[in-house]
Amino acid sequence: MTQATYNGVLNLAAGAFLLAAVLIVWRHELRATVRLLAWQGLALAAIPLTEGVYHHDAALITVGAVVLLLRSVALPLLLTRAVGTEDHERRESTPLVNTTTSLIITAGLTVLAYAVTRPIIALDPSPATRAVPAAFAVILIAVFVMVSRRRALSQAVGFMMLDNGIAATAFLITAGVPLIVELGASLDVLFAVLVLGLLTGHMRRTFGDTDLAQLNELRG
Amino acid sequence: MSALAAVATALQILGVLAGAPLVVGGMRQVRARLEGRAGGGIGQPWRDLRKQLRKQQITPRGTTVVFALAPAVVAGSTLLIAAIVPLIALGSPLDSAADLFGVVGLLFLGTVALTLAGLDTGTAFGGMGSSREITIAALVEPTILLAVFALSVPGRSANLAAIVSASALNPGQLVSPGSVLAFVALAIVIIAETGRLPVDNPSTHLEVTMIHEAMILEYAGPQLALVEWASGMRLTVLLALVANLFIPWGVAGAHPSLLAVLVGFVAITAKVSVLGGVLAAGEVFIAKLRLFRVPELLAGSFLLALLAVTASYFFATPTN
Repeated sequence: MTQATYNGVLNLAAGAFLLAAVLIVWRHELRATVRLLAWQGLALAAIPLTEGVYHHDAALITVGAVVLLLRSVALPLLLTRAVGTEDHERRESTPLVNTTTSLIITAGLTVLAYAVTRPIIALDPSPATRAVPAAFAVILIAVFVMVSRRRALSQAVGFMMLDNGIAATAFLITAGVPLIVELGASLDVLFAVLVLGLLTGHMRRTFGDTDLAQLNELRG
Repeated sequence: MSALAAVATALQILGVLAGAPLVVGGMRQVRARLEGRAGGGIGQPWRDLRKQLRKQQITPRGTTVVFALAPAVVAGSTLLIAAIVPLIALGSPLDSAADLFGVVGLLFLGTVALTLAGLDTGTAFGGMGSSREITIAALVEPTILLAVFALSVPGRSANLAAIVSASALNPGQLVSPGSVLAFVALAIVIIAETGRLPVDNPSTHLEVTMIHEAMILEYAGPQLALVEWASGMRLTVLLALVANLFIPWGVAGAHPSLLAVLVGFVAITAKVSVLGGVLAAGEVFIAKLRLFRVPELLAGSFLLALLAVTASYFFATPTN
């Protein structure tokens, strides 16, 4: 793989990664956001795979394959099963912040991410570190999604995005974490999503809804 | 500048003049066929124009020179854009006089002329249409400027010929994130600017939904013909511009040969036909957005343009 292809693929993956986050902010249908999350997982997996192929690092390729399987296949599948079948359950109907404002806020967060990561890029300017702002922007956007959505599942999507962003930052800054650390983190996320799925199902059976704003009073 | 470059520019203007009604007719025909209707044929807009141009000139009572001049301003500014942008060949005589920002300015000159004409009639629909149009235009303008900025980063110039030749020399950057995002943002903005679905329905005359049609409701006869011709030309020029910015092959150089000019003409005709067909086919599957959700779409496109700028600026330039 030549230097130019490596640059191009890495930038394309980082761009797609950020774009998926933006589209998750834009869309309100839960199934669509879960599908976008799968695409984001694909873009995330492309980062270690590209670096592994470029640096001839078999461990990194293995990590990339694990990430691909887990984040773009297994986790979205689990989340899709947790989406309710009723009409009012499928959509984030009354967001706390309207879409136009959230998109403008997202734009602000992206610029902020580029501003605060400049010192990190200055430490070691390489194609990989230059894509760090995109990963960092995804972290900020994920936090915003988590605080501005009402449905339990959207918040789970925000949580997954946060984890994707952190993983992408790690891959881009350190050219990959050790296999055992990545496996541990992935297993953690898998269990978190399993528990979240169970909790969502339980909430729906008990309250008939997953709107977290209604959970501010005790029920017998 | 060679004589053939001037010929190419003249051919651009004539091509846009003659081709615009055909583009509109072709798009209507694609739409009609996909909806299971026979359609009026590709030449129908030309027949409509001929009919309108033969009619008597009527000026509504109480309108001023603003109303009378607006169609000419729209058509004139669009023709000027057609002369500036590199559609067939790069070396237009006007190329050094205006860059992409100038083109955007000319585009809005036409929009503003029409909105003023809508207000000038003093009717309820004219004012309503103008207010809607200017709301959309105010949201579209920053997006266009940002997308243009993103496109001018790789070529290190906002000059259109420089951008097109830079991307033709280095096709790899066309699939870079910045370029792809700028394309999506620009596509949404152009759909809004030319009043196509899902922002505005070009074939509606229903009071509550029309935007562009509401402004020009008072025009009749030759003036209506001019306005409709001009809006067709805007669509054609913008489609051709997007085609050449992102698919720069086939455009003749600054000192073209006769063969290169002909190849450029055929290439741009093919690109516009394909792009128009795709746009029309896409419109079959979508409904018009509610007016209050249009800002959402345009804010999204603004964000994409902003991401395009950040991507092409931060990924491309070394920071040391």
